[in-house]
Amino acid sequence: MNFVRAHVLVCTGTGCSSAGADGIISAFEEQLKKNGLDEEVRVVKTGCLGLCAKGPNVVVYPEGVYYNYVSAEDVPEIVEEHLLKGRPVTRLIHGDAEDASKATNLTDTAFYKDQVRIALRNCGVINPEDIDEYIAYDGYAALAKVLTEMTPQQVIDEIKASGLKGRGGAGFPTGLKWQFAANSPGPVKYACCNADEGDPGAFMDRSVLEGDPHSVLEAMTIAGYAIGATEGYIYVRAEYPIAVERLKKALEQSHEYGFLGKNIFGTDFSFDIGIRLGSGAFVCGEETALMVSIEGKRGEPRCRPPYPAVKGLFGKPTILNNVETYANVCWIINHGAEAYAALGTEGSKGTKVFALGGKINNTGLVEIPMGTPLRQIIEEIGGGVPNGKKFKAVQTGGPSGACIPASQIDVPIDYENLTRIGAMMGSGGMIVLDEDDCMVDIAKFFLQFTVDESCGKCSPCRIGIKRMYDILDRITAGQGTLEDLDTLEELAAHIKGNALCGLGQTAPNPVLSTLKNFKDEYVAHVVEKRCPAGSCKALLNYTIDPAKCKGCSACSRVCPADAISGVVRSPFVIDQSKCIKCGSCMEKCKFGAISKG
Amino acid sequence: MPNTKTVVPYSGTPEQEAQLKAVIAEYKDVPGGTMPVMQQAQEIFGYLPEEVQIMIAEGMGIPLEEVYGISTFYSLYNLNPKGRYKITVCLGTACYVKGSQAILDKIVARLGCPVGSISKDGKYSVDATRCVGACGLAPVMMVNDDVYGRMTPDQVDDVLAKYK
Repeated sequence: MNFVRAHVLVCTGTGCSSAGADGIISAFEEQLKKNGLDEEVRVVKTGCLGLCAKGPNVVVYPEGVYYNYVSAEDVPEIVEEHLLKGRPVTRLIHGDAEDASKATNLTDTAFYKDQVRIALRNCGVINPEDIDEYIAYDGYAALAKVLTEMTPQQVIDEIKASGLKGRGGAGFPTGLKWQFAANSPGPVKYACCNADEGDPGAFMDRSVLEGDPHSVLEAMTIAGYAIGATEGYIYVRAEYPIAVERLKKALEQSHEYGFLGKNIFGTDFSFDIGIRLGSGAFVCGEETALMVSIEGKRGEPRCRPPYPAVKGLFGKPTILNNVETYANVCWIINHGAEAYAALGTEGSKGTKVFALGGKINNTGLVEIPMGTPLRQIIEEIGGGVPNGKKFKAVQTGGPSGACIPASQIDVPIDYENLTRIGAMMGSGGMIVLDEDDCMVDIAKFFLQFTVDESCGKCSPCRIGIKRMYDILDRITAGQGTLEDLDTLEELAAHIKGNALCGLGQTAPNPVLSTLKNFKDEYVAHVVEKRCPAGSCKALLNYTIDPAKCKGCSACSRVCPADAISGVVRSPFVIDQSKCIKCGSCMEKCKFGAISKG
Repeated sequence: MPNTKTVVPYSGTPEQEAQLKAVIAEYKDVPGGTMPVMQQAQEIFGYLPEEVQIMIAEGMGIPLEEVYGISTFYSLYNLNPKGRYKITVCLGTACYVKGSQAILDKIVARLGCPVGSISKDGKYSVDATRCVGACGLAPVMMVNDDVYGRMTPDQVDDVLAKYK
């Protein structure tokens, strides 16, 4: 291998790829060649660096200079100034560090400095398509240790001692799950991975698969050894083409190196992994539905017990862990359960990855120790709410989750605290809402999602959620009554108690939590026929202020419904019976004469 | 439910049918092989009309009802073809709170093509999707494989103008 004096890391996660990372890579290659640097500077495609909002992201080592919003046109300047002359291009450097003199370094930025990266340890650091880079970062050391030095029971005990809980949302202790499957008798068992990340607004698993696929394959093999399985499946969304492609490449490479297949590391343990693509059904994230789907049928869940640890895939004992859970396993084996358990809180050990999205400056992926206060995530790591708007709530856990209101912003994030305040950890989607978001509309949005995604097998979910949606639809149209609010709560209780699987049981959560924390907004819609956030169209009225209107007729010309009339150079008027509330007139008016409310 | 009946006549070529037969032969004895076959069939034909579903059912030795059941259960399978320009607007939470509904509404109004359908000339199809994972660029729309991030309703016409 050639000696290389500098590395240029270009993020090729989904966000940065969409923003043009490929063009940047070819621009670097071309410019380096042109300047005769292609032998001494290497360009590396990495997985997600985390700060998707400011992509495309580029990091130049050895200094660790972090460039944001890079475009292909910026590349000649970076090559000539930074790589040739050693002068970082200050105008492109990420500028949120407290100390401006340190602002050049990635790990000193406010976004990174409080993060502890375990599941994401290799994301944005190594080239995910190169197994040698993974090995250089302790890759497959954990598997070697497990197969040559530990018994299956010792592996399970180590995972138990670490306190690792399932990161898919339910938070079931991972070690215990493995123990159940290990205790189930039988020569055929399966160790599977749930990569059917369906929460809208969550992309943790995707980033791990795209940025560090080998860590998941290695951990699945370790799990297979621990429970006595010889085969595993990874069920991944077909909507994640980059992740699927990198997984396939990783599988090929680990077969080639003998880390998968027969007699791994010369032991008598054999294990193999197959990829199955999900086909766009949210319910398949539920474990029993996922297994039915791997079997090639409609992904409808079934009653538990029997649990998958006893009777799972193809009727055999099976464990199913989430991608992020697996991403922690090798680190625990390498560094010891104690080191992992030292992070986090009493009941929740280790770290958690969150996908920050919505009304927040630093949209992206963050990994923080359990117990970090929500305020720190929003205000420091996330950089606060943009455009000077007021922070209103955070939605966690997607369609199964709840809203944490601004009054609870100091709550430390762990499983116990979130349950206590009536929210849930979920898989890690964290959507920030500001004053312009209507909580009734958000609840309706999630119910629309679960109505679409309900598999229809049990009636509480198929019919009940639809009825709740209808009520919310009425309320946002200004036709709700106060009794509707009681009916919502009653229906929610029935559905939670009687639905067959997790999808139905948790579907009412977004409604219940907004009813609890933002009841005044529901009441405003019902009683005053008003949407306080100014978001529900049916409750809005657009009006023209005669004092400000110059009579230019721009609004009446843009109106698609011919609802605006008037005489040029005197104030125009909106006919409310014709207005479809599209807002085009307000966008068009140069004088700020049109308001909504 | 727009996705339950094929309305476009089948026009598969013998080459495509041979490709499908090869895929079926590969997966016939694999446990859970039906879905991989259907996924690849859709790649070959672009959609899964009744004729293709019958070929899969007969080839795999399972009832047609099972194939139809699967193809209408999962949102990825299309019983009708997509347009030459496949437009999708992300309605994931991050995009939704940043106003992607207004962008979808504008596209539907411009093309006169309701969500989940294809324009009469077969040029455009419009779909809403749940999270393409580019939440940092919200709100996001896609035309075929091109991603347009940080969209505003004003930019819709400019994007559509690129696909004539």
